Amino acid sequence: MDATASRDFADILKIVDTIGAGVISDTAADVDTQARFPSESFEALKSHRLLSAYVPREFGGDELSISQLCKICEMLGRYCASTAMIYAMHQIQVACIVHHARNADFFRDYLVSLCEHQYLLASATTELGIGGDLRSSLCALEPEGDNFALKKQAPVISYALDADAVMVTCRSHPEAARSDQVQVLVNTGDSEFEPLSGWDTLGFRGTCSSGYTLTASGGSHQVLPQPFADILSKTMHPVSHLVWGSLWLGLATDAVNRARASVRNAYRKNPDSPAISSIRLSEVDEQLYSMRSGLYVFIREYEDLLRDNNEDQFSNFGFSIRTNNVKLRCSEMVVDIVGRALSIVGISGYRNDSKNSLSRHIRDAYGAALMVNNDRIRQHNATMQVAIKES
Amino acid sequence: MHKAKIREILSDCGKLSVDVAQLEDDSDLYQVGLTSLTTVNLMLAIEDQFDIEFPDAVLSRATFQSISALNEVVEDLVD
Repeated sequence: MDATASRDFADILKIVDTIGAGVISDTAADVDTQARFPSESFEALKSHRLLSAYVPREFGGDELSISQLCKICEMLGRYCASTAMIYAMHQIQVACIVHHARNADFFRDYLVSLCEHQYLLASATTELGIGGDLRSSLCALEPEGDNFALKKQAPVISYALDADAVMVTCRSHPEAARSDQVQVLVNTGDSEFEPLSGWDTLGFRGTCSSGYTLTASGGSHQVLPQPFADILSKTMHPVSHLVWGSLWLGLATDAVNRARASVRNAYRKNPDSPAISSIRLSEVDEQLYSMRSGLYVFIREYEDLLRDNNEDQFSNFGFSIRTNNVKLRCSEMVVDIVGRALSIVGISGYRNDSKNSLSRHIRDAYGAALMVNNDRIRQHNATMQVAIKES
Repeated sequence: MHKAKIREILSDCGKLSVDVAQLEDDSDLYQVGLTSLTTVNLMLAIEDQFDIEFPDAVLSRATFQSISALNEVVEDLVD
């Protein structure tokens, strides 16, 4: 159909690298300092139609695979982790629609519009009074004929005010059990956002993950046609941890590259002296290798399962444990790796005003284990570990 | 047919929000309060009672979704 449908992945990566090294790098510090939405980055991503990268070609997207999508997140993570995180969170929601709603008329049309207008999707999953458990909701769709009304107290809706739509989890009707959930797409134009909390944080300051009371309305066709339990196990849970792991990998890679540049400079100045820093560089590169390897193994496993369309496997305990392991390991290794890189770069990495600064990297890295708290995830794994017989 | 025994075990360790006697064989146990922790306790109790081991391949949400689903898996493993 159009020209973009036929561009290959190498071309796409080249574009990502160019805008990454350009506008995204240029604005990363200001986004961080001001804790503002990276609007310049997203103008560039939209102008290159990168928000529809995972949408199938029949709707006007690039039909990238999960591994290709992860590669983009990784590359963006090298330049601005906040931009990469917003891009990743958007793609998680796109994947939910592509995997679970592409056969519904409304969502087919929506995917076409998303490609055409490069809509940005946000999400509202956690809820006040629930405590972070995605598989429970208090709020419910209130039916009004063919339409619904919905009110959710969401402690976090990242970049809500810059998104075109929000994908909201809720109970399917006012009498439904807490676990009887659906996911619904609401347009931000049909919604009100009453602020609950702001977003002045140590790192990932550009994601603008403030809390809101969301009041929305829409038509019943805006409800994804499959139960949220299935959407979570097949798509939201694995895709989240893979795209996040990828951008953390990009963040860690950039930190190691800065350490490498610093060691190289030291060698230039004095060819005899800095043996210890090059050994440290070798060590941190081993850690980076482990992080990358673990992530890539699971990306491949997930892609194979998607290809086989083996629905039962997505809710298998072993699969869930491995999904969680990716998140746990990547989110902790990124802190270790960036910390090691900082010790190699030394004081110029510690400074905010040097070109080798790792200040933003280390602050961003610490967010990874806290956003979707690792202890909660480990508790889930600990329970499932009792049931499974083999690793 | 092991449903009576499964109901008994469920009643002992399922910590459900409703009386097990009120449940249909096909009722969704997750909608009446089965959690990941109680799922594991339920599995261990069933393994003990029937002297079986749930292989990893059947350890998924679908297996524990209802009394019927559990019965089906137990029947396969007991034989």
